[in-house]
Amino acid sequence: MNQQGLRFEKLKIASFDFTCCEGCQLQLANRESTLADFLRLIDIRNFREISSEQHDDYDIALIEGSISRSDEVERLLAIRRQAKVLVAFGTCACFGGVNSLKNRVSGEAAVSEVYGEIKVETLPVRRISEVVKVDLSIPGCPVAKEEVERIIISLVTGSLVTLPKYPVCVECKAALNTCLFELGEICLGPITRAGCHAVCTTGKTPCLGCRGPAEEINMEAFLHLVKERGLSRSDLQEKLAFYNAFDAFTP
Amino acid sequence: MKRDYTIAIHHLTRVEGHANITITVRDGQLMEARWAVVETPRFFEVMLKGMSAERVPFLTSRICGICSISHALASIRALERAMHILPPAVAEKTRLLAMHGETLQSHALHLFFLAAPDFAGTASILPLMESHPDIVRAGLQLKELGNEISRVTTGRCTHPVSLVVGGLSKAPDKTQLAALQKMIRERKPLLETACAFFRTLAIPDFSRETEFISLANGVSYPSIGGHLVSSDGVERDENDYLLMTNEYTKEFSTSKFTRLSRETSAAGALARFNNSSAFLHPEALKAAESFGLRPVCHNPFMNNIAQLVECVHILEDAELLIDSLLDSELTAVKTPWNPQAGSATGAVEAPRGILYHHMETDSEGRVVRADCIIPTTQNNANIDLDLKAIAEWALEKGKNDREIEKLCEMVVRSYDPCISCSVH
Repeated sequence: MNQQGLRFEKLKIASFDFTCCEGCQLQLANRESTLADFLRLIDIRNFREISSEQHDDYDIALIEGSISRSDEVERLLAIRRQAKVLVAFGTCACFGGVNSLKNRVSGEAAVSEVYGEIKVETLPVRRISEVVKVDLSIPGCPVAKEEVERIIISLVTGSLVTLPKYPVCVECKAALNTCLFELGEICLGPITRAGCHAVCTTGKTPCLGCRGPAEEINMEAFLHLVKERGLSRSDLQEKLAFYNAFDAFTP
Repeated sequence: MKRDYTIAIHHLTRVEGHANITITVRDGQLMEARWAVVETPRFFEVMLKGMSAERVPFLTSRICGICSISHALASIRALERAMHILPPAVAEKTRLLAMHGETLQSHALHLFFLAAPDFAGTASILPLMESHPDIVRAGLQLKELGNEISRVTTGRCTHPVSLVVGGLSKAPDKTQLAALQKMIRERKPLLETACAFFRTLAIPDFSRETEFISLANGVSYPSIGGHLVSSDGVERDENDYLLMTNEYTKEFSTSKFTRLSRETSAAGALARFNNSSAFLHPEALKAAESFGLRPVCHNPFMNNIAQLVECVHILEDAELLIDSLLDSELTAVKTPWNPQAGSATGAVEAPRGILYHHMETDSEGRVVRADCIIPTTQNNANIDLDLKAIAEWALEKGKNDREIEKLCEMVVRSYDPCISCSVH
């Protein structure tokens, strides 16, 4: 590929899904107006949901979903052996995501609740980095295609891949939104990594932290804020647990 | 020609989720044809237990990356009915418009990305970008329009932001609605391009009689709530969803099965068309007629065409809804509510068919028990029997193993199965 006199190699890319809703890989087909340009940067080698053509000579593997069955572990290990860059793609891959809420009960209890007598295998939900080495994480429920495009361009041109270090609050204030704490809601915007353009808080719903902790968060000050305003502790716990992204900080 | 063979398709491509097809032929006779869903279950009914009603739609939307709006609205409807909450009329109109956006996006994705390559003889949409650029552009622009309708009405196209119990957390912006109206009017002619293309494709002349189940309300084409009806004449109240589905499990599948009056039944665009075509916009009926699609049609491949016909209806109806929203005050979009104990069913017509969420709450509005029955679950048994029927039909017509494999894949894709959704 020749772009303004510079030569770039197309990225040999593959997309794989595990325990998830497949909403993140679907984002790859969104932003239709830039799709043709996006496809010029990549060579899709394996992407079951959109193509019957499947090859195993990819360099970059996008991994969507968390891991909750032994056949998924086997598939993931095989992908790790092939991929030069393994990307945890979306909140389920990065943190376990909403699937982790299942871990509150035993596997047997979950199976008997949903399937009765039928035997169905399920393991405690794990994020990808608990099973194999992850080279790059792109959080979001779902991932933001704009951010994915930016990262793919960085990979093609060999420049540094970065995510915003600051919290969602910064983007929310730039959007001139009324702070949800002022409306009496607990919002995880002050502790969550930005990059989503504060899409939830702009829609007047509290941030549930799908992008995980921002860098150098002050959890103590955040908990103090919730307490000072007399907001519900059970509401806070429900929000922090929602995507399993704050397990390292949960009081 | 081979007379003994097994066709084993592991993780069928160009469908949402993981499933296998096995066809065994001995001495030229069909021995076995099986549809097995092997998707990893996520146990949403377990995750929902103890969750506050406010948070529920944000969890249920994550059941599916394609029909997240349907899941959010089915659970919202169940909770609102359980706790006797009446959302404002403008919120109901906005929700209906959001459903239209999702259905258009989902149908366009299925018709152009997943189904069209079969009819054109390619592995994916990518070669079609070279050979049929106008058609691919039409498909992409229609999908983008669906996403834009969802974004303007719910804040984001996948996993909606502003759909909440009681109404909407935020009203759609009138400037954005006006821009959306313009975009719809500009892009509506693309559907004629799409119809002209699909009319050139050879649709297999195969049918197997079945029972079609959908929502019906007696005044409009079904979308959110209503009676549960079947083409065999069954009619039930929304809360009686269990009598309509009779869910059961099979050892080889992580997705369940349902049945009503017959061994199998079908949900989806063709079911809605068969049961409610009288309520389609005249332009949509004209499109149906141009394909010879008339109720009751039992050819599963015509589900593709029913989806296309629905896209025509959706854009006509979306224009009317936007006009009405632009003429309304969009200030009070949420009814204040207090949590209470109760239980009810919320049924909506998701793109792939009727979707049920049943919610039971305690006095604090927390979920005590949840049950979700997915359109694809209701189609599993029908897909399984269609596979047997089409394999036999193809063998009788003297088709070889490769042709049979392709027909089997195509008949499954016609249902537009949403497998990870069905194994929620």
